[in-house]
Amino acid sequence: MSGLPAAAKAELDEVRKRYPTSEAALLPALHIAQRFWDGWLPDEAITAVAAELDLAPSTVYGVVTFYDLYHQKPVGKHRIRVCTNLPCQLRGCEEIMETLHRELKVQEDEVTPDGRCSFIHFECLGSCDTAPMMMINDDYHENLTPSRTVQIVRGLK
Amino acid sequence: MSAMFEPVLTRNVGNPDALTLAGYKKSGGYEGLAKAFKMEPAAVVDEVKKSGLRGRGGAGFPAGMKWSFIGKAKPRYLVCNADESEPGTFKDRLLMELDPHQLIEGCAICCWAVEANTCYIYIRGEYTKAATILERAIRDAYDGGILGDNAMGSGFKLDMVVHRGAGAYICGEETGMLESLEGKRGQPRVKPPFPAVVGAFGKPTVVNNVETLCNVPHILVRGADWFKGIGTDERNTGPKLYAISGHVNRPGTYEFPLGVSFRDLLDKAGGMYQGGTLKAFIPGGASAPILPASQIDLKMDFDSVAKAGSMLGSAAVIVMDETTCLVRSVARLANFFNHESCGQCTPCREGTNWMELLLHRLEDGEGSEGDGKLLLSICGHIGGQSLCPLGDAAIGPVQSLVKGFWPEIEQHIRDKRCPFPHRRYFAQGA
Repeated sequence: MSGLPAAAKAELDEVRKRYPTSEAALLPALHIAQRFWDGWLPDEAITAVAAELDLAPSTVYGVVTFYDLYHQKPVGKHRIRVCTNLPCQLRGCEEIMETLHRELKVQEDEVTPDGRCSFIHFECLGSCDTAPMMMINDDYHENLTPSRTVQIVRGLK
Repeated sequence: MSAMFEPVLTRNVGNPDALTLAGYKKSGGYEGLAKAFKMEPAAVVDEVKKSGLRGRGGAGFPAGMKWSFIGKAKPRYLVCNADESEPGTFKDRLLMELDPHQLIEGCAICCWAVEANTCYIYIRGEYTKAATILERAIRDAYDGGILGDNAMGSGFKLDMVVHRGAGAYICGEETGMLESLEGKRGQPRVKPPFPAVVGAFGKPTVVNNVETLCNVPHILVRGADWFKGIGTDERNTGPKLYAISGHVNRPGTYEFPLGVSFRDLLDKAGGMYQGGTLKAFIPGGASAPILPASQIDLKMDFDSVAKAGSMLGSAAVIVMDETTCLVRSVARLANFFNHESCGQCTPCREGTNWMELLLHRLEDGEGSEGDGKLLLSICGHIGGQSLCPLGDAAIGPVQSLVKGFWPEIEQHIRDKRCPFPHRRYFAQGA
């Protein structure tokens, strides 16, 4: 595939109207592209976005590497982010990380052989009142215990 | 005082109707905006100035003053800072998820006051739920004639856009946010010029936090004098959300008059988790120096917390009991600042890395007596030496650990291990 998929381009065209410059649409464009490229941004996605917004691929690459929500290698269909900042550390986020490691049988930032899951530790997700917690794709899972974590992960199809 | 206090910002929490335009209006919503449209923009700025409202994002700068600095050029912009990324802070999420129209109304009033026709709500990329709720509410506001080419029949054109970030703490800094809004790496700008003169897309821009803007409709409806009647004194006015987490029984967001005592707050949060003993607390998010248990009666307002050697910041209160290793806790925060330093200024980029390495060494029992001095020396080289406040933020917790809790560091050095039981530390080396 070269260039943005038509549906992604249509979405981006809508978004661009909201800004006075085309460069301002870069963050939304990368969110859209990442959705169409299975949750990460291979080089062809970066060049496609760059061409669409008339930016140098190196500029886009610089932006991609700056932000934590853009991924430069394949991720699981279910991307698990565990908050490990201080409030979650005080309430046992390590146990959640250990549980995911045991349950998924991969290291942090690796994808399970069936492509189903990957997990990483993450900075504060703004859910300290329900610590420990994790985010799976767009959804928050809060007040976790090791057994609830296992239950949630086993329920991911 | 707190027993008599009626919630202002959270009055619609527990009222799901408020998510709809009709429901919000029924709760008195958009009366503030209607009133603002009948006033001259300058009069709205004056009213907010008179209220004494100070920014709720961390710096505590007077909001009305900020508005009055707006440059003459057009177009002008309002950027609502919804990047809430300060560890321990989760109050703005509640405001956006449970009462989105309150924020839209606050933004709209600010736009009228500073004559900005476009408002960008810059929301952190992780808050997808809040972004969806806000987008729906904005759509309803357009459909209901609140926003658009003729906002509430005033003849004023008002557009509002939700802009999602992509995971970078530095974008909570106002000029980093503007860079990011323009599609760039979120590296803060040199000030001056200030955003009020050269902001988004080179135009005059006001940047205000979510909670700050949510106060505005109430100031318009009930008046600056009413607002000033809430709080400690005339420099610390209005209602305030406190986000309390860590070792408490009922962590959560609680609304109090600005200046509630930490003791009352702790009590409201159900006291210490599992009957533990208070050891220390952070009064204002990860950037704020740690305070010892002896400060339990501290009034939680801007000036009182500053006088105690810390800062109210975003009023994110992180509570730690006697089982907490403070070396380990600060090492985690140092890891955070090292990760989030944008890399632009050498003192911050290099210094945050060295602080993290030294704190890990101490935590692992491999530190030496000289490490305390070394840490303070690094802090001295970062403080005041970088473009934006991230460097200063990073040294707050470290300095407070070395100066205020030295015996705990000493014990790590003497025993050659951490004296507290705990699990493997995950952020390390990843």
